[in-house]
Amino acid sequence: MRWKKLTIAVDRLSSRSSVRHGIYVSALIAFFTLILLPPLLGVVIKSGAMYGVLGKSEIVSRALTAIANSLIIALIVSVLNLVAGLPMAWLIARGKSKWLNVLDTIADLPFIVPTAVLGYSLLLFWSEPAGLSAFFDGSVIPPGILLVALLHFAFSFPVVVRVLVGALLDYKMEYELASRTLGAPPITAVRTVTLEIIKPSIIAAFTLAFARSLSETGATMMVAGKAFENGAVFIQNMKNAYSASPPLVSQAEYEGAAAFASILLIALSCIIFAAIRFMGTRFRLSFQRTWPTTERKLSYSKAVITRNAITLAIFFLIVIIPSLFVALPAVEALFTESFPKALTGAPPWNDYWESIARSYSVGVIVTILDIIIGLPMAVVVARKRLGKSSSILNILVDIPIIIPSVALGASLRFFWKETLAYVPEIWLLIFAHMAITYPYFVRSMAAAIERISVELEEASRTLGAKPFGVFRTIIFPLTKYSLFSGAIIVFTRSVSETGATLAVTDLKTAPVVLVNWVKGGIPVSPAEVGLGCGFLIVISFVILLTLRLIVRGKGRY
Amino acid sequence: MPDVRLVNVTKKFGNVVAVDNISLHIRDREYFSLLGPSGCGKTTLLRLIAGLIKPDSGEIYIGDKLVNDAPPEDRDIGFVFQTFALFPHMNVWENVIYGPRIKGYDMTRANRIGHEVLEMVRLHERLDAYPNELSGGMMQRLAVARALAAGAKILLLDEPLGQLDAKVRNELRYEIRRMAKDLELTAIHVTHDQAEAMAMSDRIAVMRKGKILQVGTPQELYTNPKNLFVANFIGGSNFLEGYIIEAKGEAAVIELRGGLRFKAINRGMNVGDRVVLAIKPETLTMQRHGRSGEANLFNGIIKRVTFEGTTIRYEVELENQDTVLVVTPSLTCEWFTTGEKVIVSFRPENAHVFPYPEAGLRAEISVE
Repeated sequence: MRWKKLTIAVDRLSSRSSVRHGIYVSALIAFFTLILLPPLLGVVIKSGAMYGVLGKSEIVSRALTAIANSLIIALIVSVLNLVAGLPMAWLIARGKSKWLNVLDTIADLPFIVPTAVLGYSLLLFWSEPAGLSAFFDGSVIPPGILLVALLHFAFSFPVVVRVLVGALLDYKMEYELASRTLGAPPITAVRTVTLEIIKPSIIAAFTLAFARSLSETGATMMVAGKAFENGAVFIQNMKNAYSASPPLVSQAEYEGAAAFASILLIALSCIIFAAIRFMGTRFRLSFQRTWPTTERKLSYSKAVITRNAITLAIFFLIVIIPSLFVALPAVEALFTESFPKALTGAPPWNDYWESIARSYSVGVIVTILDIIIGLPMAVVVARKRLGKSSSILNILVDIPIIIPSVALGASLRFFWKETLAYVPEIWLLIFAHMAITYPYFVRSMAAAIERISVELEEASRTLGAKPFGVFRTIIFPLTKYSLFSGAIIVFTRSVSETGATLAVTDLKTAPVVLVNWVKGGIPVSPAEVGLGCGFLIVISFVILLTLRLIVRGKGRY
Repeated sequence: MPDVRLVNVTKKFGNVVAVDNISLHIRDREYFSLLGPSGCGKTTLLRLIAGLIKPDSGEIYIGDKLVNDAPPEDRDIGFVFQTFALFPHMNVWENVIYGPRIKGYDMTRANRIGHEVLEMVRLHERLDAYPNELSGGMMQRLAVARALAAGAKILLLDEPLGQLDAKVRNELRYEIRRMAKDLELTAIHVTHDQAEAMAMSDRIAVMRKGKILQVGTPQELYTNPKNLFVANFIGGSNFLEGYIIEAKGEAAVIELRGGLRFKAINRGMNVGDRVVLAIKPETLTMQRHGRSGEANLFNGIIKRVTFEGTTIRYEVELENQDTVLVVTPSLTCEWFTTGEKVIVSFRPENAHVFPYPEAGLRAEISVE
């Protein structure tokens, strides 16, 4: 009864334009003050220190090499992800076998593995005696640039496949069928029609893979080895050098180098993403150039079987098996003394459990805050509540995605420590995770709201619903699946985030503890590292499964 | 140009039989329509012919060639989708020369074909326009032009006029038929609109629940329906229930409830059989004076009058409380008003007598 009265009261309140605008303005203020401006202003604040290191050619040259490495790896990995991801997405979206449902689920598995764990898993598989190296003399792929590229390929692959599968499922098949009836074999129809029409999703998949590659830190540090640095690893190495006892670099050198690398990474990322968007929309695969005989051969029987076999081989050998390889030592560790030691919380497990609790608490808080400030923003963007300004906001919302997370973390620390020195460390961590995850939530919700016909809202209004009533009875029921999905993405992203966490605070989350263990900061056995990774996977899996069970039955619309 | 032959073709989706053991011959250069309510399987049948889906059993021939396993690109067909499926990233010109170029024709030949078909559909002044800049009628014409440019010998049209407003739809009916006839194409047209099918087709197949109920010319279907569903779906009918009380050769006398009697043509029915009489509203006539009580002359009261422009619809309650619909031309017939007493009559040859269906009359004529 009380609840009913409350909803009626809120419904009435929402019909006042001042209340509605108040909510939108609050969401905007939160976006600018917590999400967008702090990371941008942070590097500006430290620009003074940056000028200080410009004269130090060794640091500048190291930073430039690292950033060049970042860009080259991101570019190559993103292209390879598209080349391998498209046939995989095709197989899942268009295949008729019921086994493809299983494949579809397996494709999501790397999502539940925090990237730091994934890095360790790849390290074990490719480089350590526990993995493939057992069959060879020495490491098959030692830590370094190739292993970093393999890692980035593995963690971006599921994202690329997921985006492309969504695009292919949403895509109106009639275009492709029309092309077939006009004489085009399947490959020609895809090349000339389908790829052109789903181009925005291809660009989005490329952008996500590129951004993830640029920003990933924790796992990259595990597999980079001692000689190789990319942008993210460079910033973290500078921080580690400053934190060492005695410090290997001065505070000014660390801050200047971090600001210099961050500014360069942010600027280059913005330029590259703008170029991708600009050129991507203009680039066209010409249908006027045709190879009827060749494309016909490639469209049927043997060629299709070969393509699918190569796709699945890449998926299992490069992505799935290396990503989940860590489970093996974790299972072995169950039968050693490590397991009871871990459960009793004896050192170093006390730190581990504390970090687990911190990771998941932060994940929950970040998810709740993202929903509170992201939901009104999603409405503003999807329904263009602020007219032309909504289109600008639509672009601004994506900016935190393209800022490398370690640069974002470093900038946030600079900003908050310079402006509000007394901000507790835990809030710095929460702000950093919010900045990273907020775009994913808003983007997911805005897309869901856009899919709902405005006429449904108008019908609801003509039947007497107040604005909040429209949201409560129409928008929410029709978008709750996306809301849960968005929340899950935010939560998992926060739990697995490493780069920004390392840069923004000294507080240790679970992935940070694991990175330290692998890097040899604390003496632990490989079995214990495997067990640590295993616990993280199991806990994440249980939470995701529970959320999925909650969502299931709510219905997709 | 080829004919199309289907032999015992069946297609199931899970437990739903979309096309149920259909055999059909569509003649060379014929304009043929598949007509039926939503979900009757007509689009599935068209897609089977196009090769967009494969039959579970049966054979499909285009000309003399068995095409069951041939992909759509090898069937020499042009498919016009209900939504047109014009490629949104290509302009009018690119859409039209897509087929010729994909097939590997050289640029000169592709250009010639492109100009010819665009001239034919009067779109040669909109070469640079993108599909979203065209009106519904233009998009429809472009979809046909694109299919023709690809060298289609058989034109398959899936509710091609469904998305257009009424006036454009009426104009394009004749235009599409004229083009198909001028180019001597075999055209197979799917629609749920019986007026559209009647206006455009040489022959029509009426479908329901995956089966073909009757194939014939528009006139045959209209004047001589073979079952209650066709009698209702083509042009609509009044249905009156009764029993045969006399049957002598081709003549029968049927008694309705309330003792009303009328004469009809007997089609093998016996005395005592329960029957349904189907009479087209246009074949009923009304007059103010006449002798009631005689066969096929009934007293009635007009309950509702609807002016429809070219025709007027009257709902008339007969003395036994059955209601019949009478449609008369608005300009050449006498007008009546609500509440007026009239004499309703019809000729025996215009009444079609069917056995009362086992599933009931409502179920038999339902379009659900």
